[in-house]
Amino acid sequence: MARVVVDVMLKPEILDPQGQAVQRALPRLGFEGISDVRQGKRFELEVEGPVDQAALDRIHTMAETFLANTVIEDFTVKVEA
Amino acid sequence: MTTRIGVVTFPGTLDDRDSLRAVRLAGAEPVPLWHRDKDLHQVDAVVLAGGFSYGDYLRAGAISRFSPVMETVIAQARAGMPVLGICNGFQVLTEAHLLPGAMLRNNHLHFVCRDQKLRVENAETAWTGDYTAGQEISVPLKNMDGRYTADERTLDELEAEGRVAFRYLDGNPNGSLRDIAGITNAEGNVVGLMPHPEHAVEPLIGTGRTDGLPFFTSVLKKLVSA
Repeated sequence: MARVVVDVMLKPEILDPQGQAVQRALPRLGFEGISDVRQGKRFELEVEGPVDQAALDRIHTMAETFLANTVIEDFTVKVEA
Repeated sequence: MTTRIGVVTFPGTLDDRDSLRAVRLAGAEPVPLWHRDKDLHQVDAVVLAGGFSYGDYLRAGAISRFSPVMETVIAQARAGMPVLGICNGFQVLTEAHLLPGAMLRNNHLHFVCRDQKLRVENAETAWTGDYTAGQEISVPLKNMDGRYTADERTLDELEAEGRVAFRYLDGNPNGSLRDIAGITNAEGNVVGLMPHPEHAVEPLIGTGRTDGLPFFTSVLKKLVSA
């Protein structure tokens, strides 16, 4: 079993009020020096069989059509050792 | 023959009963549709009702978009069948790419529930023919993910083609770009909006107004004259 990680983030130009709310809370909690926070989603996929190019292509399609909405989000796919 | 208007129920849909009732009050035959059933049972139009389909777990409307019923709804909408997406239904329509753009969490992160004033910008769609352009109406609004977003080019295109169907008046409740409350596709048969016209169809409930009823009478007239 191999693990493939899909990270999904709002595109840089899209307002992220969740990230902003977290960032604003940081100084109150004593964490200084963080000028921006953006919040994303991480999907950890346990893949049956070998993670070859064909499998990665399938996961890429899955991320593009379902896990991420590419109108508002970017995503990356990486294989975890 | 009575005009048949279907209302889809997904797991987590909340406003299907109100939508069926609105269809009946408008004078059409309401037809409940089930998300697992590809068959639209000879309906002439479809309403995707509000709620939290599939819990909105991935993104609002994202999972429902792949349900069996949507396969047929998408094909029929592309062939010209009138489809109205209210709130969660609007989110499903953007996820299905029947309407451009996407819906995001409200900019203030709170759930909003209030009477909302709107301006009808386009009275030429299948669902707005019984309004007049520029008319101001008030219908309930309740949502968590109501911030309409699209890139500048898409927004300019929507404005230029008159496809912004409804705009928020007296304050933007969710940070929606250019105060957009609802849009239509280029053909005018697919309309999506965040506020809930189906909750304003009887004087005894909701706002006490019936400002939402023309949605359902509009499509009925459109279908009868077609």
